[in-house]
Amino acid sequence: MGSRLLQVAALAGAAFCLTGAAPLPGYEPGEELAGGDTTVNDFGRNAFSYPAANLSVERQTAFFIGNSFFKKNWVEAPASTTGRDGLGPHFITRSCAGCHAMDGRAAPPAVKAGASTEQPVGLLLRLSIPAAPGQDTGKDGVIPEPAYGGQLNNAAIAGIKPEAEVVIEYTEQPGRFADGTRYRLRRPAYRLRNLAYGPLHPGTLMSPRIAPQVIGLGLLEAIPEAGLLAIAERQAAAGQGVSGRPNRVWDASRQDWVIGRFGWKANVGSVAHQTGGAFNGDMGITSSMFPHEECTAAQTDCRERQQREAAWRSGRGEPTVDLDDRAFERTVFYTTTLAVPARRDPRDAQVLQGKGLFHAAGCAACHVPRHVTGDVPGLPELSRQTIYPYTDLLLHDMGEGLADHRPDFAADGREWRTPPLWGLGLVKTVNGHTFFLHDGRARNLMEAVLWHGGEAEAAKQAVLDMPKAGRAALIRFLESL
Amino acid sequence: MRLKFIAAGALAAACAFPAWADKGPAVTDVLAHYGELVHASYADSAAAARRLQAAVDAFVAAPGEAGLDEARKAWLAAREWYGQTEAFRFYGGPIDGKDGPEGRINGWPMDEAYVDSVQGHADAGIVNKRKIRLDARTLSGLNEKGGEENIATGWHAIEFLLWGQDLSADGPGKRVYTDFVDGSAPNADRRRQYLKVVTDLLVSDLAALEKAWAPQAKNYRAGFVKQPASLAKVISALGILSRAELAGERMEVALDSQSQEDEHSCFSDNTHRDIVANATGIRNVWRGEFLRADGSRLAGPSLRDLVAARDKAVADKVDAQMDVSVQAAQAVPAPFDQAILAGNPGRLKVEATVVALKAQTESLVEAARVLGIKRLNTALPE
Repeated sequence: MGSRLLQVAALAGAAFCLTGAAPLPGYEPGEELAGGDTTVNDFGRNAFSYPAANLSVERQTAFFIGNSFFKKNWVEAPASTTGRDGLGPHFITRSCAGCHAMDGRAAPPAVKAGASTEQPVGLLLRLSIPAAPGQDTGKDGVIPEPAYGGQLNNAAIAGIKPEAEVVIEYTEQPGRFADGTRYRLRRPAYRLRNLAYGPLHPGTLMSPRIAPQVIGLGLLEAIPEAGLLAIAERQAAAGQGVSGRPNRVWDASRQDWVIGRFGWKANVGSVAHQTGGAFNGDMGITSSMFPHEECTAAQTDCRERQQREAAWRSGRGEPTVDLDDRAFERTVFYTTTLAVPARRDPRDAQVLQGKGLFHAAGCAACHVPRHVTGDVPGLPELSRQTIYPYTDLLLHDMGEGLADHRPDFAADGREWRTPPLWGLGLVKTVNGHTFFLHDGRARNLMEAVLWHGGEAEAAKQAVLDMPKAGRAALIRFLESL
Repeated sequence: MRLKFIAAGALAAACAFPAWADKGPAVTDVLAHYGELVHASYADSAAAARRLQAAVDAFVAAPGEAGLDEARKAWLAAREWYGQTEAFRFYGGPIDGKDGPEGRINGWPMDEAYVDSVQGHADAGIVNKRKIRLDARTLSGLNEKGGEENIATGWHAIEFLLWGQDLSADGPGKRVYTDFVDGSAPNADRRRQYLKVVTDLLVSDLAALEKAWAPQAKNYRAGFVKQPASLAKVISALGILSRAELAGERMEVALDSQSQEDEHSCFSDNTHRDIVANATGIRNVWRGEFLRADGSRLAGPSLRDLVAARDKAVADKVDAQMDVSVQAAQAVPAPFDQAILAGNPGRLKVEATVVALKAQTESLVEAARVLGIKRLNTALPE
């Protein structure tokens, strides 16, 4: 332990009071049970694929059925498999698992000579244009790009033009730790080519979003709003330059405005809305919650195809939406009850050293370790659980380096939601890669840390000042999550 | 011979075995015999796959009606053995641990259009994309690329190539052998090549599993059977296959959707046999018994013996339930995709099998508790 570490501890001492817990570099009984009683113990490829451990044998049936809808490839309508048709016209992927393989995290496309070599799967581009002064962005939270809508679909069914192709180009930027060790980060830039429906609006704002692991979502939804607001107040009162704020978003399942919890900018307020929105936006699958597919006025082939499909369906007396309510509810049950795996090696000396440094550097100010869930009607399994997601679900200014410059509901162009860290160390096992952050630009956990700026600048500086052994311990701790 | 229990410190916290009355086998003896049973099961499965390979080779060399029929028969015969080995999944062992071949061997359901022509899309799939190389490496890389259903290899890819799409209510797929004859069907050369490559890959994957469980070798088995903590994995695998995989994923989903393609071996209409093989595989492990392809019977110290030494009533209950499940599974009529439909008398038989498997799972959890395993995980869908 170098003297620098002591400096770090002194520098960030104030961060302790933010977390509401005493600094606990030591082992806390039960901290390995990241999802409370729902926690599962499997650290292999299937680590993200279990139902909550306390879901009874009988209650698992809905989970298994939901799982099949999560994995199923949707096909074009009309097909002989009426329960699984209705893909597109435009889409990104054919199934939830297409982006969340093994219920896990997607990787950005492979890179050769600094540019992507294939179309992204599991990395989508949100599109919008700036709101005019005084213009209300309404229930979308944004003004969609006029010709292409709110997100880019780079795939389409036969006979329909994909909207465009995405090209990602990376530039490397070097940096140094205080001890002289060099590192490199890669900064992506996004370009569209082969635009099928004319040029983009000149003011178009683009935001890349990678598909994260889908564990513990029901638990995150079960954290009481009051708890999140209290954290925001605590952060502001501490005056350490960390001040998260909740996003306020329209929720289609509650038909009301709620605090945003999901999505990289907390632009979604419930698992149900997230699930319905992804079916609709990413696969072109309609449901009673989202009955319309996005075909803009400029997309005549898309609109004609929709009309043909609607006529064909009504002629056969088939339902007007692709996904019936029962299947939808089961898919939501599935995404709500996917379990969080337990932490590995919580008592290991190096892990505990890393945990101490995590707190000392101030990371826990936003990556709040512990929460207690409230009562969830119909889901006793997720109720009153002590969980360790390492997030406050609040928006923070993360600095210029990470900014997408695209507002989303109340979030501005520099703000991102603190992502939960649980499951982080298993991404490599489950998905075979270590790409992190909202667009997968970080090639490993340390790069992800080094991209932090804005409200997290001081915490990042603390990491830059750590000696090699301290950095290794910090990463070891993150990998134990 | 009898080995004393290892010091408690060496056991996973989840399963500290109380030193119970000095009767029944030692845990390590049960694990040693388990290793023997797993090896024999994979050996018989690999041998059956080699017989399939011989039939495929003969068919590909000179495609004809009889040759296709032989290949189909060999596929059906080989499935009987593979299905029993699924009781060794779900604990991150050689089959489905890191880099395990499970997804490559037995991925399902598959999007047919990913592999070959389908109705209305004659040019669909890898077979018809001539620029894609057809070798084991490329096809392995394409397996599960862009979605878990994008299955390019394994049993069900072979099945799809041999039978074709199952579009009829009353029977399996009806692919004609001329799909493999140059001049009769586009890209027949590539279809032959594809079939050969995926069959060879299956054979080599099964051979590797057989090797990982071979006796007297520095392999997975050697480490696994020495660890008393492995016992929890062995039982948990039975619970997961019973409840999550077989009752849940493979039967309840199909009962719920009543959709024809929601079944494991949909092209060949062989799903009813998959169910029997899985249920039999679970019972094999529980009893430490395996009826080999050559007719001999493997038997030795088993989970049942271990539980019976502590609580005979629980052991007897599980034992009886295992028979009930296997018999219930045997009673499910073919084709499964008709049996699941409302109003079909087969539906009750499927439901009865689900009920039997669930009951058996609850009792396995109880049996695990008897052995000091407090929380047995039985819920992993694929």
